Amino acid sequence: MNEAANRRLALKLAGIALGMFGFGYALVPFYELVCEYTGLGGRTGVISEADAAAEGVDPDRRVNVEFDTNVNGTLPWKFASVQRRISVHPGALTEVNFVAQNTSTRQIVGQAVPSVTPAKAAPYFNKTECFCFTQQTLAPGERREMPVRFVVGPDLPAGVSTVTLSYTFFEAPGPTVGIESAAAGEDSG
Amino acid sequence: MSDAVMHGHEHHDHHPTGWKRWLFTTNHKDIGTLYLTLALVMFFVGGAMAMVIRLELMHPGLQYVDPQFFNSMATLHALVMIFGVVMPGTVGFANWLIPMMIGAPDMALPRLNNWSFWILPFAFSLLLLTLFLPGGGPAGGWTLYPPLMLQTGAAMPFVIFAIHFMGASSIMGSINIIATIFNMRAPGMTFMRLPLFVWTWLITSFLLIATIPVLAGAVTMLLTDKYFGTSFFNAAGGGDPVLFQHVFWFFGHPEVYILILPSFGIVSQILPTFSRKPLFGYESMVYATASIAFLSFFVWAHHKFTVGMPLAGELFFMYATMSIAVPTGVKVFNWIATMWRGSLTFETPMLFAIAFVVLFTIGGFSGLMLGITPADFQYHDTYFVVAHFHYVLVTGAVFGMLGGVYYWLPKWTGHMYDETLGKWHFWLSAISVNVLFFPQHFLGLAGMPRRIPDYALQFAEWNFISSIGGFVFGLSQLLFLYIIVKCIRAGAKASDQVWDGAHGLEWTLPSPPPYHSFVSPPMVTDATAHS
Repeated sequence: MNEAANRRLALKLAGIALGMFGFGYALVPFYELVCEYTGLGGRTGVISEADAAAEGVDPDRRVNVEFDTNVNGTLPWKFASVQRRISVHPGALTEVNFVAQNTSTRQIVGQAVPSVTPAKAAPYFNKTECFCFTQQTLAPGERREMPVRFVVGPDLPAGVSTVTLSYTFFEAPGPTVGIESAAAGEDSG
Repeated sequence: MSDAVMHGHEHHDHHPTGWKRWLFTTNHKDIGTLYLTLALVMFFVGGAMAMVIRLELMHPGLQYVDPQFFNSMATLHALVMIFGVVMPGTVGFANWLIPMMIGAPDMALPRLNNWSFWILPFAFSLLLLTLFLPGGGPAGGWTLYPPLMLQTGAAMPFVIFAIHFMGASSIMGSINIIATIFNMRAPGMTFMRLPLFVWTWLITSFLLIATIPVLAGAVTMLLTDKYFGTSFFNAAGGGDPVLFQHVFWFFGHPEVYILILPSFGIVSQILPTFSRKPLFGYESMVYATASIAFLSFFVWAHHKFTVGMPLAGELFFMYATMSIAVPTGVKVFNWIATMWRGSLTFETPMLFAIAFVVLFTIGGFSGLMLGITPADFQYHDTYFVVAHFHYVLVTGAVFGMLGGVYYWLPKWTGHMYDETLGKWHFWLSAISVNVLFFPQHFLGLAGMPRRIPDYALQFAEWNFISSIGGFVFGLSQLLFLYIIVKCIRAGAKASDQVWDGAHGLEWTLPSPPPYHSFVSPPMVTDATAHS
């Protein structure tokens, strides 16, 4: 009798443990949601040209947008923004340019990851076009100028006067030559 | 003739002899001994690593080991001490004591018990063998943060599988403990009559079942990120390394209470005995322990205030962290109130228990300082953090366990340990551990980062003093080993009662207790229940 009760309880408890293993994985999409909602991690959003045009321009307010570029680890690329800092009206669709160059003698696939500071500005920073939406493949020595079209939402919190958009180029995860890296990953913006 | 009768009657006492007895045993006392022995061995393995760390840090500059090896020493020291000493050690106490304290003949699931112990030697072989692999052992810190952890060489899968094994062992052990406490209590042993050690282990078991699987998930994600192309923590693939820190500390903060709660229980057994008074505020002790465990799920982000989070998040985690000081304060108050106007005597277990109360409280206070978000930006990843968690883990969890060993060793072995040597061990440990860790507060406040093999010259003096304390503390533990061996082999015969102020079912059994105790359950009344 006792043994059966012990076994039943043990199975229930093992079930809880199994459930908590799943909970650990469930934290991944949950974290994504929290990031999207709060701007944690500086995630930027994507909107269509039509939606961007529909946002009312606030001609009385100016926001500084600064650009920061980084190349991760051993990726043999040069990467810079053409403009370092511009001033925009919230709601106005603006285009800026970035330049990447492959300085190595092999073809490399790169993936840029954006981040916006301060985090509370991130939910209001949306892009209609960005080289970070897809992976970029550069031939040896190839130089590429890449546009980014963005709009800072007119409802950007009042205290924010400067927004910094930062990009880091990574070697795309995938079966590339040379560096030992994680195998085929998925495209993502 | 009577021998034959006895044999026929006590055929349960038959068990394989030699190594087979230990390999196949399902007896809670044998398995408790195995756990405690493993913890003791690992205590010296992890301790040897600490000696390497303190040796290198004794003087500025790189003297004895290269930085990569230094970092793997720091990483393995933590993993061994947490998963190899405190966790198996307290499970050893649980195995030995819980059945005897609640009047049960054995653990509820004896075969599972055997299995949960015997996967541990394999886990630690895997972990320690990584030192001999190309690229060396894991060197990214015990918190295994990516992307640094993902740069580990051949050691990486070994470390992760070792953690899986340790986790599986902990979960099985916890299931067993909960089933034992729920289903195997003697008649009259109601929940509110359980000794406090049993209560703390019941709550610890639930913490383990809820959080160890989350750790298992996190390290599995690391494994698939490195070898199977997932991008949970790989920014280039759309992941986020900060996510790992959230998942890890969701496990990590309850884990620190997993490490300390059993020692809370041990101290709550020792103090009443040598104060010759019942434990002050038994019910509030139970509720405080449960509150600490519950709150531990909502404070994880205080380990990484500097990672960047909204102000609201920083405030929430700061206040939640501070609120844990309330139930912890209740416990410290009750321990002191237990001693208040008691007829105190200062045998070795009592000395360790009193030192626990004082020194754990110091560690608690430095924890409160770290919990203040704006202050944490200065303290984060400095030696102040190192000093803090060594106060709560060494002078907290480990001192509680050392006191517990002295307290129950006469019961387990039937011999009294050498009281004079025990007192020497205590005073050497208590003084040297403060020489070892107190200066680290100053180093941290002055800005010395943790996990570095070399440092600026301004930190030289305190590091030298800290290292001297470390060597004395390390050597003192050899005395502990000698005392245990001496006590097992010989010593004055211990009475059943052992300590005149001790209460509880385990003291009604002979010293040492028979291989199978409480085969017929005792009747528990208020008089024979907890002190």
